[in-house]
Amino acid sequence: MKRMLALLMALAMVFALAACGSEAASAPAAEAEASAAEGSAAAPAADGSVYYLNFKPEQDEAWQNLAKAYTAETGVPVTVVTAASGTYEETLMSEMGKSEAPTLFQVNGPVGLANWKDYCYDLSGSKIYGELTSQDFALKDGDAVAGIAYVIESYGIITNKTLLEKAGYTIDDIQSFADLKKVAEDITARKDELGFAAFSSAGMDGSSDWRFKTHLANLPIYFEYKDKGIGATDAIEGTYLSNYKDIWDLYTNNSTCDPKDLAGKTGDDSRNEFLDSKAVFFQNGSWEYGNLVGEGKFTDDDLAMIPIYIGVGDEANQGLCTGTENYWCVNKNAAEADVQATLDFIYWCVSSEAGTKAMADDMGFVIPFKGAQESPNLFVKQDAAYTAAGKTPVSWNFTTMPSEEWKNGVGSALTAYSAGTGDWDGVVSAFVDGWATEYAAANAG
Amino acid sequence: MEKAIKRYWPIFVLPTFAAFCIGFVYPFLQGLYLSFCKFITVDNATFNDFKNYLYVFQDADFGHSFWYTAGFTVVSTVLINVAAFAIALALTRKIRGTNLFRSVFFMPNLIGGIVLGYIWQVLLNCVLSLLEKPLLSLNATYGFWGLIILMCWQQIGYMMIIYIAGLQSIPEDYLEAARIDGASERTILWRIKIPNVMPSITICMFLTLTNSFKLFDQNLALTGGDPNHASEMLALNIYNTFYARAGAQWKGYGQAKAVIFCLLVIALSCIQLRATRSKEVQQ
Amino acid sequence: MARTERIKNRILTVVLGILCVAWIYPVVMILLNSLKEERAISTSSIFQLPASETFAGLQNYITALTSRGFLSAFWYSLVITVTSVVLILVCCSMCAWFITRVKTWWTKALYYLFVFSMVVPFQMLMFTLSSTADKLHLNNPYNICIIYLGFGAGLAVFMFCGFMKYVPLELEEASMIDGCGPLGTFFHVVLPVTKPTLISVGILETMWLWNDYLLPYLVLDRKKYMTIPILIQYFRGSFGKVEMGPMMASIMMTVLPIIIVYLFCQKYIIKGVMAGAVKG
Repeated sequence: MKRMLALLMALAMVFALAACGSEAASAPAAEAEASAAEGSAAAPAADGSVYYLNFKPEQDEAWQNLAKAYTAETGVPVTVVTAASGTYEETLMSEMGKSEAPTLFQVNGPVGLANWKDYCYDLSGSKIYGELTSQDFALKDGDAVAGIAYVIESYGIITNKTLLEKAGYTIDDIQSFADLKKVAEDITARKDELGFAAFSSAGMDGSSDWRFKTHLANLPIYFEYKDKGIGATDAIEGTYLSNYKDIWDLYTNNSTCDPKDLAGKTGDDSRNEFLDSKAVFFQNGSWEYGNLVGEGKFTDDDLAMIPIYIGVGDEANQGLCTGTENYWCVNKNAAEADVQATLDFIYWCVSSEAGTKAMADDMGFVIPFKGAQESPNLFVKQDAAYTAAGKTPVSWNFTTMPSEEWKNGVGSALTAYSAGTGDWDGVVSAFVDGWATEYAAANAG
Repeated sequence: MEKAIKRYWPIFVLPTFAAFCIGFVYPFLQGLYLSFCKFITVDNATFNDFKNYLYVFQDADFGHSFWYTAGFTVVSTVLINVAAFAIALALTRKIRGTNLFRSVFFMPNLIGGIVLGYIWQVLLNCVLSLLEKPLLSLNATYGFWGLIILMCWQQIGYMMIIYIAGLQSIPEDYLEAARIDGASERTILWRIKIPNVMPSITICMFLTLTNSFKLFDQNLALTGGDPNHASEMLALNIYNTFYARAGAQWKGYGQAKAVIFCLLVIALSCIQLRATRSKEVQQ
Repeated sequence: MARTERIKNRILTVVLGILCVAWIYPVVMILLNSLKEERAISTSSIFQLPASETFAGLQNYITALTSRGFLSAFWYSLVITVTSVVLILVCCSMCAWFITRVKTWWTKALYYLFVFSMVVPFQMLMFTLSSTADKLHLNNPYNICIIYLGFGAGLAVFMFCGFMKYVPLELEEASMIDGCGPLGTFFHVVLPVTKPTLISVGILETMWLWNDYLLPYLVLDRKKYMTIPILIQYFRGSFGKVEMGPMMASIMMTVLPIIIVYLFCQKYIIKGVMAGAVKG
């Protein structure tokens, strides 16, 4: 009987051990926790943790590395999850409902804030708020500071100067929409002889159509706001939509591919064409720098970013489109220790040597904080140079677009227009009527 | 015996019942309640009367996706069942390679909806671009037929297996007797085979109808609802309302849509089962 | 008569053969493309065979395996499928036996509740189910099987009941008289007889679980776990780009094991589906 019992005990132990072993081996995530546990033994102060729901897929890897570095330094576990592009709201929505909700998330501006303001911790007394170089970069909800911009970006038309010279022009020849049109159409006319096209394909695949439905659409909105002297509206008039059409037609008719095929093209295709020197112009932003410059790619001397001219306003003094749609918010419903850990983490990101360096070099960000390091990013330097030369940067008004749904509507209409399955009226209606409907829907509740 | 078993209910029924409560009963009731609420998480729901339902009935996209789904369901149910039955007839003729054919036709069932969707998206987009037609994401009609092709590819094999089982269960003497009486193949098909496989037809109709009506994965992967919600079926429409829209009001709308969807599916199943069952009895 | 019959059969064989090729082609196409370099996989060149300059060897497979954690996703899918299927088979067969043998108002009610749950679409529960699972911490691959048991119980109980109605009572009664308790009777007498249905249900549930996308996507703790369908969805459009090469490679690596298992067990699988259908 005794022997039987001993045998049973032994069996039970073996089983328990095996269970432990397989558990540890099978769950890589457990490693992170384990290392975090070790770390916290070294630094007893750390009892909170950070869960960052990252918006920028391009920077996923850099954030993962930075989180690891922070955990190694302080022992505070930081989990970074990146939402698939175009699904940030969706992911945030489902994650916020969970018991382990993100402690750090982001909104894109006032419109995004309206949905999430009940979740935003007031950052007005925080250390990171004191680090901001200007109050303009705080997103306010009444008196409370709900969000803090963590990156300032610029976009425009990235130009391959070498190819442009081959075609017989320099960037100084392009000072207005008329110039741009002339150059682009001339290149198209001599496409076979030159061996390259004017614009890289304006890929409208769902993963990258934001370049046009959001960024390019900013320009007509910007000029309309400017005329009226407003910063947001419940109904857009679409005064400059014909200019939007002009620039879109210019992009698609002088491109590497047939407008019909745009629906299936991605931002990647577009970048590859640009890298392969198949196109002179490529509309994108400062965040693309790391993808364009480096081993076997371009050098700073090959590239320049020029403003997107659409033939409106004072084109001689138009600068790049510069602004932010990335505001960090801290989830106030998270546990107190987690909120504190999160505040410490973001403060560390923007003030410490390692944090600022990673944000400047690995992510290519210009951050609006006092401790910011100078970015090696050519496009960022160019933006500064444009501003220094007295040009006015175009602000980012797409943060006032009523909803993602509106952007998708415009994107769909644009794609259909190019493919010939829709007409321009469809775009106008998606733009103008869609705005009113979506604004009403978003503000109904 | 019944009494002896009855005392063991905690062992036999309780585990399943407990899990069933967690995984079905409680979420179902809560979902029903939430459809009358405005909420972001379940804990901060506020009662909202019938506002959600009122909104849903005015939502043009939801109406569109209902008709799109209905059309899809009808077409795919008919096509799949006719094709599966035809293939099953062919495969019960004892021709060479029956086993191979049967295996191959069944294979797509093993592949998941998401994977299938992407396989066919790549394939169909290529065909369309070679034909110089707009791609799937541009044209809801192509999206519709794309989904039909995909569903046929996936489901025919499964339904075929069920029909084969039905056909094989017809006693050989029935067929022999009919042949001796000089009945033509067509008469045998209509008078003997079809009435005798009525149970299989019931099952297949039921399965294809509900599968098509509830389709989600394939729709998400193949067209994603493009262009502009035009190829969005009900399940995807609900999902998008629920998760892809920012703002507190949308979840309530989504949940209300889900309740309506649920009622539709239940009604559909009841009508369909009753209809075919009554046929069975008559025969 | 016999002659025309033979010709007819020939023609049928040819037609079916062509159909078969059409049925296999998509999978072959993915296989071929997964061997191509990423830039050679574009909308209009899908039908081209990999040529020497576009042949990428196993590069896509290596990327798929290393970059986004394919192996861990595979493991999680496997764990979820196996644990859930086993749990569903054991618990639901027991439950179904009880329901068919004990006839009271509440077993009847339970039966209809299970049948009802089969019809209800997942969208009805998706939000509340994921929040319930989250509250009870049933959100990792090792215990999500409880959620699956609850949500998948309907079909399984229904199918088991359909079979057990026809199992003769005599055997069970004899076993009970011999002194086996209900548990002994169930495992020694009932379960062996139920084997065909066990296989049918097992196959149906495996096909569903292995390929399920939305439930694990919403329920699992997204910080840590991904299953294969979620991973494939992620390859498309996440991380700022569409990674067609690795995506096709992952599709192949997902589909191949299933096809291999299928080739070995197709007799059971097809029989299982047939039996399931007849009983249903």
